[in-house]
Amino acid sequence: MAKDEIREFRLVGTRPDRPDGLDKVTGRARYGADISAPGMLWGAVVRSPHAHARIVRIDSSKAEALAGVKAVVTRADFPTGLTGEDWNLQENTMAGEKALYDGHAVAAVAATSALRAQEAARLIEVEYEVLPHVIDVDDAIRPDAPVIREGAADATVPEGMPPNVVRYIDFGRGDIEAGFAEADLVMERSYKTEATHQGYIEPHACLGQLGEDGKGEMWVCTQGQWFIRRMCTAVLGLETSQLRVTPSEIGGGFGGKTTIFMEPLSLALSRKAGGRPVKIVMSRSEVLRATGPTASASMDVKIGMKKDGTLTAARAEFRMQGGAFPGAPVDMALYCAFAPYKLPAVQHIGYDVLANRPKCAAYRAPGSPMGAFAVESLLDEMCRELDLDPLEMRLKNAVNTGDTSSYGPKFGTIGLIETLEATRAHPNLSAPLGPNQGRGIATGYWFNHNGETSVSMALSEDGTVQVSIGTPDIGGSRASIALMTAETLGIPYEDVRVNVVETGALGVNEPTHGSRATFACGKAAVEAARQAIGEMCRRAASEWGIDPEAVEWMNGAAQPAGPNAGEFPPMTIAEIAGKMGSTGGPISGHHESVPDGVGASFGCHVVDVEVDPETGRTTILRYLVVQDAGRAIHPSYVEGQYQGGAVQGIGWALNEAYIYGEDGRLQNSVFLDYRVPVASDLPMIDTEIVEVPNPGHPFGVRGVGETGITPPLPAIANAIHQATGARLRQLPMSPPRVLAAIGEARQG
Amino acid sequence: MSKMHVTTTVNGDEAEFLADPRETLLDCLRDHLGLTGSKEGCGTGDCGACSVTLDGELVCSCLVLGVEAAGKRVETIEGMANGNELHPLQRKFIEHAALQCGFCTPGFLVAAKALLERNPDPTETEVRYWLAGNLCRCTGYDKIVRAVLDAAADMRKEAA
Ligand code: FES
Ligand code: FES
Repeated sequence: MAKDEIREFRLVGTRPDRPDGLDKVTGRARYGADISAPGMLWGAVVRSPHAHARIVRIDSSKAEALAGVKAVVTRADFPTGLTGEDWNLQENTMAGEKALYDGHAVAAVAATSALRAQEAARLIEVEYEVLPHVIDVDDAIRPDAPVIREGAADATVPEGMPPNVVRYIDFGRGDIEAGFAEADLVMERSYKTEATHQGYIEPHACLGQLGEDGKGEMWVCTQGQWFIRRMCTAVLGLETSQLRVTPSEIGGGFGGKTTIFMEPLSLALSRKAGGRPVKIVMSRSEVLRATGPTASASMDVKIGMKKDGTLTAARAEFRMQGGAFPGAPVDMALYCAFAPYKLPAVQHIGYDVLANRPKCAAYRAPGSPMGAFAVESLLDEMCRELDLDPLEMRLKNAVNTGDTSSYGPKFGTIGLIETLEATRAHPNLSAPLGPNQGRGIATGYWFNHNGETSVSMALSEDGTVQVSIGTPDIGGSRASIALMTAETLGIPYEDVRVNVVETGALGVNEPTHGSRATFACGKAAVEAARQAIGEMCRRAASEWGIDPEAVEWMNGAAQPAGPNAGEFPPMTIAEIAGKMGSTGGPISGHHESVPDGVGASFGCHVVDVEVDPETGRTTILRYLVVQDAGRAIHPSYVEGQYQGGAVQGIGWALNEAYIYGEDGRLQNSVFLDYRVPVASDLPMIDTEIVEVPNPGHPFGVRGVGETGITPPLPAIANAIHQATGARLRQLPMSPPRVLAAIGEARQG
Repeated sequence: MSKMHVTTTVNGDEAEFLADPRETLLDCLRDHLGLTGSKEGCGTGDCGACSVTLDGELVCSCLVLGVEAAGKRVETIEGMANGNELHPLQRKFIEHAALQCGFCTPGFLVAAKALLERNPDPTETEVRYWLAGNLCRCTGYDKIVRAVLDAAADMRKEAA
C-alpha cells in the first residue's frame, strides 16, 4: 500500500508479546485502586441529588463526631480567585454556591475505613434550594431557559445570544449560495445525538498525600500524570513542582482520564488529616453521574450535490452541550465534519451551550462522531435519491495529499483514497444480503496529535536499554515504543525495557490522548536513541583513535564507516556499555519537543445489519474497519484500536445514552441500565490496515486510536435504512425508536 | 458493626481475615488479603471484572459477602498459573493481544477457565454468550474470543 519508498524493517510490523503482558494476565499489574499506604484513610464524596440547586448550608458536625472520621472538606477549603479553566476545574471538583448537576460533589470526608467514610458522608447534611434546570441542548439554547451561570460566555459570543451560549464559532470559505444554486440536489436535515460515557471498566481511583508544607504525592489512574499535577496544584493553589504524580496501570480512559475529578479532594482531605494518605475510589454510579461523558448534539446539515455525485457546497450548524461548563467539542466536530471531502464552498456554525449535566470530558475523537453521524447520513440519503453508489460518490469527492481541508489547513500526505479503494476491494462488500438486511458505509476523520513530549533513554551496564516515557500504556504502547527503539538501535526487542514514569523523572508530557503516544513518544524515542548512538560512536572513535564522523552504527554495533576509516572489528553496544564508566560516564539520549509532522487519519467502515421488523432490534452481522495507520508498528494493537473504536461506536449508535428524568437526575447510572456492547451482541470485527506512511515520522506512524469511533454511527444508520426503508436521524437507534421509524416509513 | 473472623481457602492456601459483615468477598480479597488481581468495575454484578470461583462455581465476588466464603474454596486470578507455568488461556491472551488496558482481563480469564472446564470445545457463539457477563471496553471482544477458542483447541490437543 505504501505510496513512497518501501522499507524493510527487522522489528517494526512484527507482533511480539507485549512487555506488560505477564503482569496483566496474572493479576499482578497494579491499577488505581490496587495500592495502599501505611496510615491510609479512605475518602468518600457527598454529591448533589439535584440537577441545579443553591447550596444553602452544609452541616458536617454529625459526621465529624463519628469515630474514625479524620477530615471533612467543602469548597471553603479551596483557594479563591481562580479564573478561566482553572476555576471551571475547581468548581467541577467541588461545588461552590450552586450544585450544577446531579452528582456534583459538594463535600468530602476521610475516615479510617471505606465503610466508615461512606457512613460519614451520609451524615453530612446539605440544605439545598432547588432551582429550575435544563438538560436538553435545544431547550438550553432557548432564550428563556434557566441560566446556568451568568458571565460564562467568552468573547466569541455576539451580543444578544441566549444566556447559555458560551462560545460561538463561525467559519468557512467560498460562495455557499452559489454552490447550492449550482447543485442538482440540495438537501437539509436535522440530527441529534445523545451524550455517552467513555465507559472505561476501571473507575477513577487515587491515593493522595499532602503535607502542611505543600509537598505531596499521588498515585492515580490517569492518561496523563502531568495534567493531573498541573490541574490539582492549580485547583489547590500549590506550587506545581511540589506534587509528584505516579501513574498506575490504567484500566481504560478513552479521553475521560485526561482531567481531574476527585483527585484534588484526596489531597485536600490528606492535608486536613495531618498528611495521612487518602484513597478515593469511585463507584460506577459516581463515574457515570460525575465524570466523563461526551457532549450531546443537535445538528442541521445542508449539502448540495450534482447528478454525478460532485459536491458543490455544504453547511453545518451544530449545537452541543458539554454540561455546566464551557468545552463541548463543537469546534472539533465542525473541523472534522466535512474533512474527507473536496468542497468549493463550506460554512460552519457552532454553539457551545451550558446545561445541567456533568462537565464533559474528551471521548475518543471528541466531536467527530457526532458531525459524521449528520454529514455521512445525509450523503447516504442524497446518494439514494440520485441513485449513486455511496462508495463511488465518496471516492469522487475524496481529499488527497496537498488538498485544502474543509476547515482550512492543507493536508500533508494522506491516505483517504487508498482507504476507500481498499474498502472497495474487500470481500465483505460482495457478501449477499437477505431480507431485512442492509449494508451501510461511512467515512471518518481525526487530525491526530503531537503534544508536549519528553523521552529519555539510558544504556545499562550490560548493553540493554531502558526508555522512560511519560504516556501511560493503555493499549500496548510499551510494545510499540520498544519495537521502534530496538529497531533504531539494532538490538533485540527484549533488550529494551520501557518504563512509564512519574512526573519527577521527565519534563512535561501531555497525556496519552489524541492518538499521539506511538506517534509523538515513538518519534521522541527514536530521536533519543539516535542521540545515544551518536555518543556510542564517539566512544568507539576515541578508543580507535579515529574521527567520530568515520564511525557508523550498524546492527547494534559501532563500526568504521569505510575502508579509509581504518580496520577495526565492530564494537557492540554491550562492549561499549560495559566500559562506559571508564570512557566518559553514563550514556543516554533525550528528546524534548512538540514533534512536528503529525499525519492525519481517515477510515472507512462497512457494516451489515439485520433489523427484526417485529421488535426493531438491530443485529450486527458483519463489520469491516479499513483505516490508514501510516505504518502499523505492532499490527495486533493497531487492529485492537480499530476493533475497540468500532465497538464503542456501535454502542453509541444502538444502545448507549444518558437518560434523564423530569427531575434532571440521571436514571441509568449502573452498567445494567447504561448498557455497553457485550460479546454476544457482536460478530468478529474485520480489519484492514492501510499503510500510507506519514513522512513526518521515522517509521511512518500516524496514530490510530481515535478515528475508529467515528464512522459506526452513520454507517449503522445507513445500513438500517437499507434494511428497513426507515431513516433514523436521532441516536441511539434503540429498538423502540427503530420500530417507530419503520412504522412511519411504511405510512410514507 | 463488629467484625467476624472468617477462615477460608484461597488458591489452595488457608486464609483468614476479619470481615465487617457488610463487606463483599471482593473487598475482603483486595483489602484484607492483598489479592488485588480481582477488580471492581461496577460493584453491582454487571461487569464480571471481579469474577472468582467459589467451590468451583463462577461468581461475581462483588455480589458475595466476605463472610459467605467461610469454609469454602475460593479461586482467583492469582491462582490461575501453576507457579511460573501460565494457564493456556493466559498464554493465548498475550499471544492474541486479547488485552489492551488489561483491567477486564483477570475476570475474563477466570470466567473463560470456568467455561472450558464445563465445555472443552465451545463454539464461537457459546464463548460469546458465556462471556456476555464480562465487559471489555477496549477490545471489541474479537481477540478475546479468538484467544479463548485457540486456548480451548490447545487444551484439547494436550488432553488427547
Ligand atoms: S465488580 Fe463485580 S460484576 Fe462488576
Ligand atoms: S482490555 Fe480494557 S477493558 Fe478489556
